[in-house]
Amino acid sequence: MGPGVMEGVMHADPKIHTEPGTESSPRGPGCSLRHLACEQNLLSRPDGSASFMQGDTSVLAGVYGPAEVKVSKEIFNKATLEVILRPKIGLPGVAEKSRERLIRNTCEAVVLGVLHPRTSITVVLQVVSDAGSLLACCLNAACMALVDAGVPMQALFCGVTCALDSDGTLVLDPTVKQEKEARAVLTFALDSVDRKLLMSSTKGLYSDAELQQCLAAAQAASHHVFRFYRESLQRRYSKS
Amino acid sequence: MAPVMAEAASVAAESLGGGRARAARTVLDQVVLPGEELLLPEQEDADVPGGAGEKLLRLNAGARSRVRVVCGPGLRRCGDRLLVTKCGRLRYKEPGSGSGGGVYWVDSQQKRYVPVKGDHVIGIVTAKSGDIFKIDIGGSEPASLSYLAFEGATKRNRPNVQVGDLIYGQFVVANKDMEPEMVCIDSCGRANGMGVIGQDGLLFKVTLGLIRKLLAPDCEIIQEVGKLYPLEIVFGMNGRIWVKAKTIQQTLILANVLEACEHMTSDQRKQIFARLAES
Repeated sequence: MGPGVMEGVMHADPKIHTEPGTESSPRGPGCSLRHLACEQNLLSRPDGSASFMQGDTSVLAGVYGPAEVKVSKEIFNKATLEVILRPKIGLPGVAEKSRERLIRNTCEAVVLGVLHPRTSITVVLQVVSDAGSLLACCLNAACMALVDAGVPMQALFCGVTCALDSDGTLVLDPTVKQEKEARAVLTFALDSVDRKLLMSSTKGLYSDAELQQCLAAAQAASHHVFRFYRESLQRRYSKS
Repeated sequence: MAPVMAEAASVAAESLGGGRARAARTVLDQVVLPGEELLLPEQEDADVPGGAGEKLLRLNAGARSRVRVVCGPGLRRCGDRLLVTKCGRLRYKEPGSGSGGGVYWVDSQQKRYVPVKGDHVIGIVTAKSGDIFKIDIGGSEPASLSYLAFEGATKRNRPNVQVGDLIYGQFVVANKDMEPEMVCIDSCGRANGMGVIGQDGLLFKVTLGLIRKLLAPDCEIIQEVGKLYPLEIVFGMNGRIWVKAKTIQQTLILANVLEACEHMTSDQRKQIFARLAES
């Protein structure tokens, strides 16, 4: 199998395509994330909004819903979930469409759409600045905006990105530079109840063991993100 | 060398329960997050004197230990577990009569309204079609209002309602699968304050949480606002407030005060009201 082929289906006998011996000295799952920051309810027009920052990566999210739905998109027994990802400059392209679908599938897994049939829930994500781990930041912003809008959910979710160096070193929440130098970049979405995998998007070469190692590291890091969610929501509700 | 994207999405499996669940009693008035599990204090457990420990509520246990617990907004029952679906403060209301149970709900700061049967709302007439009006109530679809659902209306004597008018009414049908239906009469056929809201005045939107706060029986904001100027005011549970005072200036002041009240402490509010009373 040539280089550049990758895979991301979890728990489904991932094929190994790596040269053995590259896992020299991986950092433990305790590697830290960049600084997190979040502000909720900062926009007046949407029903829920949040801006999420991971280091210098920043995404602004707005949620509309449960709102009126076009007849063509109406689903009779659940809400229609739509995710729109807007790049910082220019028009959305194929990469944005692909990310939109990943985020939509993640949201669909946790949003209780059956409680609002024949309505639409729209998540609009605007990239403010991309300094690495953009997909993870989009997921986090989407989650916080959904919570702010009061959309019923069965769990929270978060996104964590891991990068694997050429020497097998694991870097959590990589910057653009680290992402470029990395042999593989893996993004996971995890839920808050069981820390189970909701979505994974991977790019590059890695072994089965490395995948499991990245997942374990992401799960460990998700505790930190969920603790941050709790703190930031408690701050929001402390005023009332 | 073009990297290919792959994905795998799976629905979050139901949690295995136990473990992380917190007792509802201990988190009252605290912030709860979606996905959290709450434990209800086991009640009416007369035959186990030492049963102080908390267990999951057994909704289908023997009739003696059956407790009527109502899951309000933001909570859902899954088997015998109580799960949180919205972020907000957990509230509890003692049952009016009988023992045990009560109502639990999550007080969230939402902006989007979801129709609830019996709620009084302010709607805007968007269309007249045959014998019903279409009313925008800020939900996911417009509500319908029959022209006969006004006080004194008959087939011959139609109410004077124009497109763009404000209507204060009550939901008689509101569920997730059906179009909501409003009426402007109570069960005795009396208007009881409902109907078309008169000319002038100002309509503005606030969060649903603020409306609930203002409509609480012991709300001091309304009493203080009432002391400022003589006013007419209508609160819709859908987050709309209509206010009218003697002059436009007074109306605007009232609207701004009410909007600002949401994130003020009672001390800050007293200051503002004192300053307004002086001027």
